[in-house]
Amino acid sequence: MRSPRPIVGLLALLALLASLSVQASLDLYRFDNPAQEARFRALTHKLRCLVCQNESLADSDADLAHDLRQEVYEMVRKGQSDQQIIDYLVARYGDFVLYDPPVKPANYPLWFGPFVVLAIAALAAAIAIRRHNRPDRPPLTEEERRRAERLLAGTDNDEGDKS
Amino acid sequence: MLRYLVPLVLFIVLAGFLWVGLHRDPRLVPSPLIGKPAPEFRLPLLKDPGRFMTTADLKGKVTLFNVWATWCVSCRQEHEVLVELARNAGVRILGLDYKDSRPDALAWLQRLGNPYVAIAFDANGRVGIDWGVYGTPETFVVDRHGIIRYKQIGPITEQVWKDKLQPLIEKLRAES
Repeated sequence: MRSPRPIVGLLALLALLASLSVQASLDLYRFDNPAQEARFRALTHKLRCLVCQNESLADSDADLAHDLRQEVYEMVRKGQSDQQIIDYLVARYGDFVLYDPPVKPANYPLWFGPFVVLAIAALAAAIAIRRHNRPDRPPLTEEERRRAERLLAGTDNDEGDKS
Repeated sequence: MLRYLVPLVLFIVLAGFLWVGLHRDPRLVPSPLIGKPAPEFRLPLLKDPGRFMTTADLKGKVTLFNVWATWCVSCRQEHEVLVELARNAGVRILGLDYKDSRPDALAWLQRLGNPYVAIAFDANGRVGIDWGVYGTPETFVVDRHGIIRYKQIGPITEQVWKDKLQPLIEKLRAES
């Protein structure tokens, strides 16, 4: 059996490299205090990059993401509130920039659609169960009873060996 | 009967959603600027940095405001269509040269022709952000009152012109 060590070493190296790159991207921005930096990081993580749409502004390497990070950075430095910064971007790019879109009529299907589907499914299940358990189910006819007995006894080839 | 009908209806609804989804491009993000006045800006002209283009220049006539750059591959393809439109369709086209280099842009116009009445030079892309630009080329249709009426994301092709822009511009021109 092979020693796991080279893999562990490689992983450690990768982790080290990854931490270096995080360090590098942080170094571009200097803040007056840690609270500002925390706000900047939180904001850029909940805003979406429009170019590579499955990445946040913080993660994206697209040119536009860089510009928008710079924009957010300057607004944070100027002491603008989170809401002001979000409004600024939404006014230009729409709700699409938000990973957490607001609850408003245009977004209702997004927010409540899954629950509607769930409710429909629950209703369908309830109806099916109720129908299944109905006590006033008509008794079997004589013909049906005989067929059931045959099936239970295994002498019936109703299901057929069609192999 | 019902036990066949319900799954069938569910299937048709689901297939309908998927069918529509197939024909939608997730890269096309609707602009919140439609129906709003064009964002305020003042930028030096590409050809003459001493003169400026402002939002007021968009008013008075139905205008195509085309965002382009020489580093943008599909702008190259679009450019021929724009030259053709400026020459034969009598449409006024203003340009926004987005995050570009002046010498490159001037050489490009020299080589490929210039369909623009004037071109604003947005060196750092700040004005582009105000217009919600996220990929070039993008083209805004601005009516004579300076209201943005439509945004074309991606290159204007002859098809796009015939199907969308031309009918819209004719309609806007007919408006008082």
